[in-house]
Amino acid sequence: MTTRLFGEPVQRREDPRLLTGQGRYLDDLGADALAVAFVRSPHAHARVRDIDVTAALDVEGLIAVYTWEDLPERVGRPLPLLIPHPALTHGRTAYPLAREIVRHVGEPVVMVVATDRYLAEDACALIEVDYEPLKPVVGLEEAAHGAQLVHEDVPGNVGAHLVQEVTSAAGLGAAEAVEAAPHRLSFRLDIERSASMPLEGRGVLARWDGSDLRVYSSTQTSTSVRMAIAAALGLPLPHVEVIAPDVGGGFGVKIVHPWPEEILVPWAAMLLGREVKWTEDRREHFVSSAHERGQVQHVTVGFDDEGRVLGLDVSILHDHGAYTPYGIIVPIITSTQLLGPYRIGAYRVEFSAIYTNTVQVTPYRGAGRPQGVFCMERTMDKIARYLGRDRTEVRAVNFIGPDEFPYDQKMTFQDGRPLIYDSGDYPEMLRMLKELIGWDDFRRAPGRGIGIGCYVEGTGVGPYEGGHVQVTSDGRVHVSTGLTSQGQGHETVFAQIAATELGVPIERVSVVTGDTRRFGYAVGTFASRAAVMSGNAIALACRKVRAKALRIAADALEADPADLEIADGLVRVLGAPSASIPLSTVAVLANPLRYAFDDEAARATQFAGAASPDRPPVAEGDEPGLEGRDYYSPIRSTFASGMHAAIVETDPDTAEIRVVRYAVVHDCGRLINPMIVEGQIHGGVAQGIGGALYERMVYDGHGQLLNASFMDFLMPYATEVPHVETAHLETPSPLNPLGIKGAGEAGVIPVSAVIASAIEDAEGIEIDRMPISPSELFELRH
Amino acid sequence: MEHEITLVVNGDARRVRVPGRRLLSDCLRHDLGLTGTHVGCEHGVCGCCTVLLDGLPVRSCLTFAVTVDGHEITTVEGLAGPDGLSPVQRAFAECHGLQCGFCTPGFLCTVTALLRDNPAPTDDEVREGISGNLCRCTGYQNITKAVHRAAELLAEET
Repeated sequence: MTTRLFGEPVQRREDPRLLTGQGRYLDDLGADALAVAFVRSPHAHARVRDIDVTAALDVEGLIAVYTWEDLPERVGRPLPLLIPHPALTHGRTAYPLAREIVRHVGEPVVMVVATDRYLAEDACALIEVDYEPLKPVVGLEEAAHGAQLVHEDVPGNVGAHLVQEVTSAAGLGAAEAVEAAPHRLSFRLDIERSASMPLEGRGVLARWDGSDLRVYSSTQTSTSVRMAIAAALGLPLPHVEVIAPDVGGGFGVKIVHPWPEEILVPWAAMLLGREVKWTEDRREHFVSSAHERGQVQHVTVGFDDEGRVLGLDVSILHDHGAYTPYGIIVPIITSTQLLGPYRIGAYRVEFSAIYTNTVQVTPYRGAGRPQGVFCMERTMDKIARYLGRDRTEVRAVNFIGPDEFPYDQKMTFQDGRPLIYDSGDYPEMLRMLKELIGWDDFRRAPGRGIGIGCYVEGTGVGPYEGGHVQVTSDGRVHVSTGLTSQGQGHETVFAQIAATELGVPIERVSVVTGDTRRFGYAVGTFASRAAVMSGNAIALACRKVRAKALRIAADALEADPADLEIADGLVRVLGAPSASIPLSTVAVLANPLRYAFDDEAARATQFAGAASPDRPPVAEGDEPGLEGRDYYSPIRSTFASGMHAAIVETDPDTAEIRVVRYAVVHDCGRLINPMIVEGQIHGGVAQGIGGALYERMVYDGHGQLLNASFMDFLMPYATEVPHVETAHLETPSPLNPLGIKGAGEAGVIPVSAVIASAIEDAEGIEIDRMPISPSELFELRH
Repeated sequence: MEHEITLVVNGDARRVRVPGRRLLSDCLRHDLGLTGTHVGCEHGVCGCCTVLLDGLPVRSCLTFAVTVDGHEITTVEGLAGPDGLSPVQRAFAECHGLQCGFCTPGFLCTVTALLRDNPAPTDDEVREGISGNLCRCTGYQNITKAVHRAAELLAEET
């Protein structure tokens, strides 16, 4: 049996339990827990004058009703602003329960605890909240106008304003470079809101035993939820444990924390001395979690006769909804990743993060990149159209060359570090894509068009992740890392890494993620970072374990460690396969014992003669056990890239848009498991198709979300998603030991740009707003 | 008012007392402890809660438990046979037809019924057949592949 598992399409270790109904998602736990439901604001903007709970008190099974006034000072504080930034001069976060003012439909106002969810909702229905409606601020440009305010103390509704500018080699600013360019174009682009929309909503279960709090949350970061809960409830950190069980998708929304419910449910569990659980329903998810994407962009570009961009000036209005708990990460990513695989002469980008009386905006898979890529790729297409050149030629003249890495874009990325691309080969990627889709042979016809989109994605952002690897005396390998999993197959890919590094069969490796009892230091799963961060940390931890195993085995085999190898769980002398010792025995010898709990253990006890009487049983600087812990903390992000192309057909009468072919060339460095990477790409493209053709958040002038159900918010089914053809380019990252880059978000990033490009090609009509429905295309035609 | 009903779930007769408004999905999950059936929208669109009622796929979130008193229900927990995973389950694993796994039980029930009625579906028939189930992770490509593979595995067995 081979132990070279890195790079193989290994079947997932997660699947047997998930296929048989044995997964354990949040609502599958806590069968006897009390149930929580919330009264949420029906108004987008209102003052809470009075809350009358009297009628609810008669509901059988009611346990407790809480409003903001019932919360202790620490619990009732505004939720933390997770990522402060100097440009976020007016950051605002919500209270766990509304205090005086509600700022979007869905904001929690009253918390009800009952013996059962049905009864808790009965009680909610009987609670009367007296609201004084205030004028809602809806619509990005109306909000930016600033006539009505979302927060009384935020003038103009501007939470943040940030300008970044990179001058040209000749020292010109973007405006000057545009002015001096032979050709200029100015245009406006619009991108609608969408949302992560995992099929499992959020949820929290808390258990208090009088001294220790255990919380289960459907989160993308258990370690940080733990710290937030400890801080809000005033508990010592070692007395709080947070576990992310099986999580039914995240896509960004579950990285936000602590959600109000993540504070309130544990608080109630402590107060009531009972297990308490809240499970989000779908409508709650629509109106009380988070959305993303909404932007208006104004672009001015100057270019030469070949289409080389000499100056680019972009101004972005970013809809931030009612609050900014996750800071301004999304518009920062839009501003910086907009540059894509291109060398731009001079670049100026400014954004204003605008408050509106709508659900808050936090990262959704792609996290601002789809908007940035839409901007840059629309720009490339417009340049090509203006010059009458092939769209791929215009892109090619702007590419950063394969010999120009590391390439410094001279901006500050979302991690506060320089935007320096580590590796890539964009011309080769374009060549592969053109071949895959048949770009040069494509026959254009009315109602049949081809489109392209290119992107670069900063992945694997720090600050760090860690891994712990333990070999027990039964020869099993236990791997743990702190970040969480939501379907990415971490149990499989991390096991592949450990099995490869340690030379053991993968069947002997088990992986635990997102459980603070097993690993307390971590950041979380977002920004396509899990494989890069925890993958490398686990590899480094395995290398420590391996070195120790070889040292101990060398003693036992009276050999030089340099002459040893580990394969199939055996430490062997190279060239003398009969001289070997199982890793399980090495684990026994690594832990000097006084007591024998089984026959294997007896070999390590004090009279067994294994240890030299001239040395302490555990040498100075050494530790008992065959285990290791290490961390990976990169100097900066590693930059993956990709190019997509699509062929679409549009119906001459109905304007129905059909994606006939969809091709992806993708570079995430070395592939750990190609089957899983492709699965990530397929899923990302499907979400991109949703964002390009179907998904939008329809708010009316009162701030009511009109399509807050799966009946009306149109996520694609199997009948809407095209077959995705993929090819991989591997330019290893020089920044990390495994040479890998992130892959989680990639698929979604350029899809709106690609589909717009293809529809424009089919129709000859400029497409400047996404998503686009058949009726919108129909109107554009007439 | 509560009602005493009997559901034949995965071959076992289970007696349970439920209020008239108790959804079948909640009854299976919370009264009978069969948490493999998932609830993704509670309004009958996502298909996560699909179970087989007398062999036919239904939305258990749109079904009151009292209305199926005496009927046979198959949930994801009942799909595997004594020899292990069913061909449909094996095909999903082989083809990487699941990621987070939340929608998977609904797909497995839907596909089990689909292939029983149409053992060799075309690609269009497969897409049509699963078009009542949402998946947010996979983009459906590997699910479609898994359905074809399951058809092969079933054909090999018979």
